Amino acid sequence: MDERELVIVGGGPAGMAAAVEARECGVRDIVLLERGAHLGGILNQCVHAGFGLAHFREVLTGPEYADRFIQRVYETPGIEVSTRSFVAELKPGKVLTYLRPGAVCTVRAKALIMATGCRERTREMIQIPGTRPAGVYSAGLAQKMINIEGLLPGRRVVVIGSGDIGLIMARRFSLEGATVSAVIEIQRQPTGLKRNIVQCLDDFGIPLYLGHRVLWIHGKNRVEAVDVAPVDELGREISEARFTLACDTVLVSVGLIPENELIEMAGVELDRRTNTPVSSDLNYTSVPGLFVCGNAFKVYDIVDSVTRDSIVAGRQAVEYLAACNGGERRG
Amino acid sequence: MVRELTCIECPTGCAIVVTVENGRAVHVEGNGCRRGRDYAVAEVEHPERLLTTTVPARGLSLRMVPVRTSRPIPKDARVNAMSEIRKVRISAPVRVGDVVLPNLLGLGVDVVATRDVS
Repeated sequence: MDERELVIVGGGPAGMAAAVEARECGVRDIVLLERGAHLGGILNQCVHAGFGLAHFREVLTGPEYADRFIQRVYETPGIEVSTRSFVAELKPGKVLTYLRPGAVCTVRAKALIMATGCRERTREMIQIPGTRPAGVYSAGLAQKMINIEGLLPGRRVVVIGSGDIGLIMARRFSLEGATVSAVIEIQRQPTGLKRNIVQCLDDFGIPLYLGHRVLWIHGKNRVEAVDVAPVDELGREISEARFTLACDTVLVSVGLIPENELIEMAGVELDRRTNTPVSSDLNYTSVPGLFVCGNAFKVYDIVDSVTRDSIVAGRQAVEYLAACNGGERRG
Repeated sequence: MVRELTCIECPTGCAIVVTVENGRAVHVEGNGCRRGRDYAVAEVEHPERLLTTTVPARGLSLRMVPVRTSRPIPKDARVNAMSEIRKVRISAPVRVGDVVLPNLLGLGVDVVATRDVS
């Protein structure tokens, strides 16, 4: 079996920052595994601006922010990048099995950093009743369809949830000439950033219904409408105030869940409520030498903070390796 | 006249109050930094936004090339700007920062690629 000093799973902002930092701190044998065809992770589909003010002191789009790190990763000798590499199994002892085109590979990592990001919560997880027509998308999937695939998922949109991705997509659909009829948020406060309420909704005259919920999704083959009602303080709908919005598309933007199935396989203790590792300190897990960073560790609002904390993960892995190797590794 | 704004320059979202006289910002308060002040003045005098979108690639490794305006453009020019940008097709490799549409709508602002696409 192949044995490597440091294996990093995930080539998004967290994995790239950790890889570059670990190399700069002296680790000479690093493998960065990325499931997709390109490094950059979710930043590649976040074509809007607003990234980088904290880390680079300038405003960048997602792909530009990613590009800064992609260039550094490829310029740095000692970081081996393996794209189209999907980790299928993680066993105790930090033994990974991954698939890449034409091969199944097994590698034992002395130190392991998991930077696997998040998944989106779905319609099923928040139990919106109704029929099951085509046209219901998670906001991030719609983002991928428009920005990566060049497909417009619909022309008349209702967004459920006021998370940042939903707000960003309300603006994106508007710019593409679609009509965004409403954003429906069950809480009394929006969950997304204030600046996104201003520049994604107010700029385009899109109404935000706080303290409202979607009662029913209508449509046989394709979404036709949603029923909406305000809710009282106990979350019960006030049915006499119910109204219907015609639409062909529903976007669901109701939060993210850290993606940690692999470390669970390896026996890492997870907090069931948040799906994050039970941890004494930033990036640590219950397994020595196995670190989790970025959105897999906790859901971050902005990528600059992911970068800051993932740099720490790179250093933590270096310290762990130094301790394992009797202090001879540094430098 | 007084206008209340939420700053969009960074995730903090400061609440800014601008005193406006004859269409000019004469007093700004509530901003946490210089960028916030500049935003508030621009927002009441000549509101503008950076425009980001994607344009189709032909014969390249990706279907779409993400792009942005090189500088913010007037807020109400965005619809026309999108119509112009929608006509662009990219058939040769581009690097981050390459101009894909010069002088958008005669505004003196270019549309530039935000990702390397080969």
